[in-house]
Amino acid sequence: MKEIYLDNNATTKVDEAVFEEMRPYFCELYGNPSSMHFFGGQVQSKVNEARGRVAELLGASPDEIIFTACGTESDNAAIRSALEVFPDRRHIITSRVEHPAVLTQCRNLRQKGYRVTEIGVDGAGRLDMDELNAAVDDDTVIVSLMWANNETGVIFPVEEAAAIAQSKGALFHSDAVQAIGKIPINMAASTIDMLSLSGHKLHAPKGIGVLYLKRGTPFRPFMVGGHQEKSRRAGTENAAAIIALGKACQLAGQYMDAENTTVKAMRDRLQDALMAVVPHARINGGGAERLPNTTSIAFEFVEGEAILLHLSEFGICASSGSACTSGSLEPSHVLRAMGVPFTCAHGSIRFSLSRYTTDAEIDTVIREMPPIIARLRQMSPFGREHLKGQA
Amino acid sequence: MWDYTPIVKDHFLNPRNVGDIPDADAVGEVGSLACGDALKLYLKLDENKDRIVDAKFQTFGCASAIASSSALTEMVKGKTLDEALAVSNQDIADFLGGLPEEKMHCSVMGQEALEVAILKYRGMDIPLHDGEHDQGPAYPDYEGEIVCKCFGITDAFLKKVIETNGLTTAEQVTNFTKAGGACGGCIPKIKELIAQVLGEAATQTRVRPEKLSNMKKMQLIQEVLERDIRPLLWADGGDLELIDIDGSKVQVAFRKACAGCASSGNTARMVEIKLRDLVAEDIVVEEVSQ
Repeated sequence: MKEIYLDNNATTKVDEAVFEEMRPYFCELYGNPSSMHFFGGQVQSKVNEARGRVAELLGASPDEIIFTACGTESDNAAIRSALEVFPDRRHIITSRVEHPAVLTQCRNLRQKGYRVTEIGVDGAGRLDMDELNAAVDDDTVIVSLMWANNETGVIFPVEEAAAIAQSKGALFHSDAVQAIGKIPINMAASTIDMLSLSGHKLHAPKGIGVLYLKRGTPFRPFMVGGHQEKSRRAGTENAAAIIALGKACQLAGQYMDAENTTVKAMRDRLQDALMAVVPHARINGGGAERLPNTTSIAFEFVEGEAILLHLSEFGICASSGSACTSGSLEPSHVLRAMGVPFTCAHGSIRFSLSRYTTDAEIDTVIREMPPIIARLRQMSPFGREHLKGQA
Repeated sequence: MWDYTPIVKDHFLNPRNVGDIPDADAVGEVGSLACGDALKLYLKLDENKDRIVDAKFQTFGCASAIASSSALTEMVKGKTLDEALAVSNQDIADFLGGLPEEKMHCSVMGQEALEVAILKYRGMDIPLHDGEHDQGPAYPDYEGEIVCKCFGITDAFLKKVIETNGLTTAEQVTNFTKAGGACGGCIPKIKELIAQVLGEAATQTRVRPEKLSNMKKMQLIQEVLERDIRPLLWADGGDLELIDIDGSKVQVAFRKACAGCASSGNTARMVEIKLRDLVAEDIVVEEVSQ
């Protein structure tokens, strides 16, 4: 069965051109970029080229790019560095809808005596800027807020938030793994101090990430024991993956327009068609500015895992905010923070598209999804009760 | 992705007996929208009002909740009410070829709905209680104290599930009942309950019978292995299997972490002491590799 892959916020297909770019750096050009001989040197120049390509996508300078192993490492490194740079400040600010890579770390730091403020969001998933303004104080060491939410695609006003943080001397970090490659980003015109990127969210392989560090930002490395990345991230470079990421960033720049026109049009068509046909459904974060590729739709009276497994029968890959699909027994913390009622949260389905998504695939989802919901509602005691007498 | 058996998948994709019975004799309802799963079970009895002739269900929940409900209706059709009451959550899981441990609570929900339906039919008053915030009612009130506020689960219910399933860790209790799976605030209390149940089991004074028929002896050996010995081995990631009983000779094979463990000789000795204590003085335990 051919997959219809609409789960690109989870991970993406490695672009063939990206794979071809990295292929020689396993069995043929396997030298260590740090070596003094020509054999390592040619890998190093390719790594430098990749650094330049990543920098270009971000509107950054190559020396502001630190390669890491993943987005989670970048998030961890950013926050830990800030704590070491400003040991006298003991207040950390983040949001209630952050990815666990940031949120879990902050909550662990609370156990170690740090004060942690989690800023709330409104019903559409928009950050409460008044709460942020009130929370930032002279004790704040770092404010870490995601650029775009992985579950709903809702975009935060990170530039404005950075200015608020910096007005009190705090550092500002943004987990931008979902935003990069989907919406234009220009760090040259930004005051954001640190930014996390993850390769596998933009058609590069898994196992490669970037921490963007604005020039002049004080930094203490998370990984030590080597001179790599100007001693800011020790460990032999994952050269093939770095080279792949460089190519992926170059392509992301080229496809940026398509992402915001073609992909967005397919996303809009999908959600409009489903909303028109399926009663008792709502778009999570529908009222906010969102990523062009993401839509999260809550279907009342049915449960997400059951929907996903039925979709899977048609080859359709999506994800859910329901409890049953995660290890947890509670529905997604993002949807709960938005005040989405439990009755909807359990039946929330996220579709995340990519430049590989086709109109025919969207047609299939539009065709297969409504009967699945209807069937599960017919089976659900609540669905039968609430939909009595309705079509 | 969950590792569901083909039987689970079949009962999820092609659920049997979906719907309602307008003139049902017994109806059992557990769970809520807020909790993430709920089951409404309808039973129709024969003219003697003793045997179940039809069963239907409506379920809101994940694949294993739907499959467990479907399996349950298939299992109870044709059973007398007493026979149906003897169906355990493990029986439902077994019927499905097993459930992932994290999904065992689905089988518990099925058993619970069945019990509620029959007990209500027999005139017992089983009120549902409300959980905190908008979580709504979960399991029927066992007249105990609420332990898990998120899902509204009482200590009496938890003790019942811990005991019938031989649970030994808080994680298992969460997998079987959901208790402790949201805010986690009640996990220390769940650990206390496990200790209580295990303690109660241990302190029950059981006297070795004076005289045993061969049949009784074999039964008792199996019972002691299941109730007293295997849960201890599970706690260390091990297990054993009873291979044969020949008079007083008991052959066991060690499994999982116990298999090939350097101290399995000691474990075999422990099994022997326990069996001599509770069954008969002349028992000899032999370890076989099979």
